[in-house]
Amino acid sequence: MKVLVGVKRVIDYNVRPRVKADGSGVDLANVKMSMNPFDEIAVEEAVRLKEKGVASEIVVVSVGPAKAVDTLRTALAMGADRGILVQTDEPVEPLAVAKLFHAIAQEEAPGLVILGKQAIDDDSNQTGQMLAALWGRGQGTFASAVAIEGDAVTVTREVDGGLETLKLSLPAVVTTDLRLNEPRFASLPNIMKARSKPVATKAPADFGVDITPRLKTLSVAEPAPRKAGVKVESVDALVEKLKELGVA
Amino acid sequence: MQTYTAPLRDMRFALNELHQDDGFGHLKAHEEFGPELMDAVLEEAARLCQQVLLPINRSGDEEGCHFEQGPDGTSVRTPEGFREAYRQFAEGGWTSLVAPAEWGGQGLPEALGKMVEEMVCATNVSFSLYPGLTSGALAALTAYASDELKQTWLPKMVSGQWSGSMCLTEAHCGTDLGMLRTKAVPAGNGGYKLTGAKIFISAGEHDLTENIVHLVLARLPDAPKGVKGISLFLVPKFLLDDDGNPATRNGVWCTAIEHKTGIKASATCAMQFEDAMGWLVGEPNRGLEAMFTMMNAERVGVGIQGLGIGEAAYQSAVWYAKDRIQGRSLAGAKYPDREADPIIVHPDVRRMLMTMRAYNEGCRGVSAWISRALDAEKHAEDAETREKAADFVALMTPVVKALFTDLGFESASLAVQVYGGHGYIRESGVEQYLRDARISMIYEGTNGIQALDLVGRKMSAHMGRYLRGFFHPVSNFIEANAGDEQLAPFIAGLKRAFEALQGSTSMIAQRGLKDPEEAGAAATDYLRQLGLTAMAYCFAKSVKVAMTQLSQGSDEAEFYGAKIHTARFFFDRILPQTASCYLAIKAGKGSMMALDDAAF
Ligand SMILES: Cc1cc2nc3c(=O)[nH]c(=O)nc-3n(C[C@H](O)[C@H](O)[C@H](O)COP(=O)(O)OP(=O)(O)OC[C@H]3O[C@@H](n4cnc5c(N)ncnc54)[C@H](O)[C@@H]3O)c2cc1C
Repeated sequence: MKVLVGVKRVIDYNVRPRVKADGSGVDLANVKMSMNPFDEIAVEEAVRLKEKGVASEIVVVSVGPAKAVDTLRTALAMGADRGILVQTDEPVEPLAVAKLFHAIAQEEAPGLVILGKQAIDDDSNQTGQMLAALWGRGQGTFASAVAIEGDAVTVTREVDGGLETLKLSLPAVVTTDLRLNEPRFASLPNIMKARSKPVATKAPADFGVDITPRLKTLSVAEPAPRKAGVKVESVDALVEKLKELGVA
Repeated sequence: MQTYTAPLRDMRFALNELHQDDGFGHLKAHEEFGPELMDAVLEEAARLCQQVLLPINRSGDEEGCHFEQGPDGTSVRTPEGFREAYRQFAEGGWTSLVAPAEWGGQGLPEALGKMVEEMVCATNVSFSLYPGLTSGALAALTAYASDELKQTWLPKMVSGQWSGSMCLTEAHCGTDLGMLRTKAVPAGNGGYKLTGAKIFISAGEHDLTENIVHLVLARLPDAPKGVKGISLFLVPKFLLDDDGNPATRNGVWCTAIEHKTGIKASATCAMQFEDAMGWLVGEPNRGLEAMFTMMNAERVGVGIQGLGIGEAAYQSAVWYAKDRIQGRSLAGAKYPDREADPIIVHPDVRRMLMTMRAYNEGCRGVSAWISRALDAEKHAEDAETREKAADFVALMTPVVKALFTDLGFESASLAVQVYGGHGYIRESGVEQYLRDARISMIYEGTNGIQALDLVGRKMSAHMGRYLRGFFHPVSNFIEANAGDEQLAPFIAGLKRAFEALQGSTSMIAQRGLKDPEEAGAAATDYLRQLGLTAMAYCFAKSVKVAMTQLSQGSDEAEFYGAKIHTARFFFDRILPQTASCYLAIKAGKGSMMALDDAAF
């Protein structure tokens, strides 16, 4: 079974983002960029499936600028077999990415597509769901456990009320949650091997997908700084305060 | 709080931008390792160090090593988390980063390896000793062991399955190895039996690997007295079966571990050899020479410990200086909405932070320089470049060892000072840096001995040939940039320091010839003077690169701008110390040696 995994190049989770002075977006100049952490979990899951003999090939796909090839190499160093870079310098929105993945899924015919549940840059949490709809296949989002049994996949999902278990026929789309696994460190020999693994570079037009943004960003601003709290003298004062604030 | 993010940008600067014109050239052997691969390796090393080694640094210090009988026949248990961390480290291939490919290593450049070492030391210097001693042992075995020994022992040491140790010190002899007593007698089977006691052996026993390969200095029967009668032996903890697997316990035992000031998670072992089977490495009575291969590799490594701790101390101090509010800026409140200003606004706190920062960036520049020479020494195509590189390594090894560890310790002390009283309290984490850094000035030859090596051996070797390998590039740089107006203040400062260094050099050469005690009295100041001048040279070159980048409209104005400011601080505030080194040397030994021993 072939597994298709999406990896996005995003601002590193350790970096404190700074908003551009003109409010047009986040300043990415000279900022450390890394693989979206949820996508690392997706790659790790695919590699584990391969180690178990369930997956035969792992294809990683990134939609983004030329530099996103570094992100693909990171995934290849973790154990993926080959990469596809859909290169564009335009901002990409979930629908465009879902359409590209749909086109690639039709070409590659994977048994499973694993994506992160969201990317930590825009936190959209939409691509996996849209892909499943376009592709007409089942979706298991926010996965905390994944097990392949024959031609079905059992996905344990983290939902508000607890855990929900789904069984989906393959091929299917799974999106990862934080507790699915702990991604490995790439080994030195694998980092070196990753350089010679194949990466194909494509353009969105090669898949006949128009990625023109459908959304318009009006302005981006830093969240207002949190105000200091107040200490109350007694429980009564606390209740009073909560009522005042309209939360009790 | 101990906090550390690998300074990857500065590491890349030192690796790729600073030394391209150092005359050690472009190495064909390393052509396949482009900057992208180097970046990928640095990034993954940073992740591993930050996420695996840093979290067990303070806990390892609190817990320490345990001297107790383990289920697998070991007698030292490392602190919680060390076994798992070592497993990840070895399985990830990090023990074999620079080891030659023919023994299963990755064969990556030393220049890259030293950067990774810096990260390992910054996050957990105790941990670093376990793989560190193995790589030193590898260097000695690769250079001197017979093919048979290499084939038997190297592959599993490279892979990290087995580790190494270095057994020199005995209770009555540390610096003066000529007095050592451990004996080796022929066992009749081509091997030898060793008997004696060693102390202070780092990684002499532990539970991280299934076998430990000790490199032991001992005397053969009828060996001449002194250092000319010392031979080197390979003595494994377990002898191997026919399939090459550890099978029979050899007669070498850890009898105690030391209670120490710092590096508490590194086992420092007293070792007893009782008819322990060993094999000769290199020629009889030439053991010290072979051991020096290991020691020289280790000495640069110990210098890197100083740099690593210096960087970790700096970052932890910066974090605190931004967090701790106390007093108001002398220039009027800078954070009026807060109850007080963060202490980073105070000039004296700035002095401390900038000093640490300048030490670290300066040492990193020098470290990248010597690492390029380490690579060229092995891989340059023409013999002349190889020799030039070897000369440079020989000259700079004692400087890197002593200078980096002195400055690293000073940085750790400054970090404690930035934290005030809180820095003196265990929970702050920074006092550990102070304790951990202290040993690096002592082991692998005390810093005093490094200075004697520089003045006594390296300075005079081949009529000053080693020294010229440092003087030439510096004077060429000064000359080539004499007309550069922007660079002028840096060139002027470098020139002053360089002339003073030449002055000290000829003073020592003249006086030392007549009176060796004069050279001994000057040694430590001279090493510092040379070291600071080397840092100044690297800073001046950095400024040149940075200015060029800025004038070409680099989009990294912040990084290059900060580089120039740090260099300015170094030239303004630190380099002037070379003048006092010069004056101290000029004063000679007189006052130092005047008092009778009995007057103390
Ligand atoms: C934690 C730790 C780990 C260690 N790990 C190892 C190890 O793995 N393997 C190993 O073999 N050893 C190891 N050592 C030993 C270490 O290398 C020695 O302690 C060191 O070389 C100094 O020797 P010494 O302690 O006998 O001091 P001494 O030689 O007694 O020196 C005492 C002082 O006198 C000075 N001095 C001595 N001789 C001269 C001279 N000729 N001229 C000027 N000054 C001189 C020294 O600089 C020093 O200041 C370790 C030590 C420690 C504490």
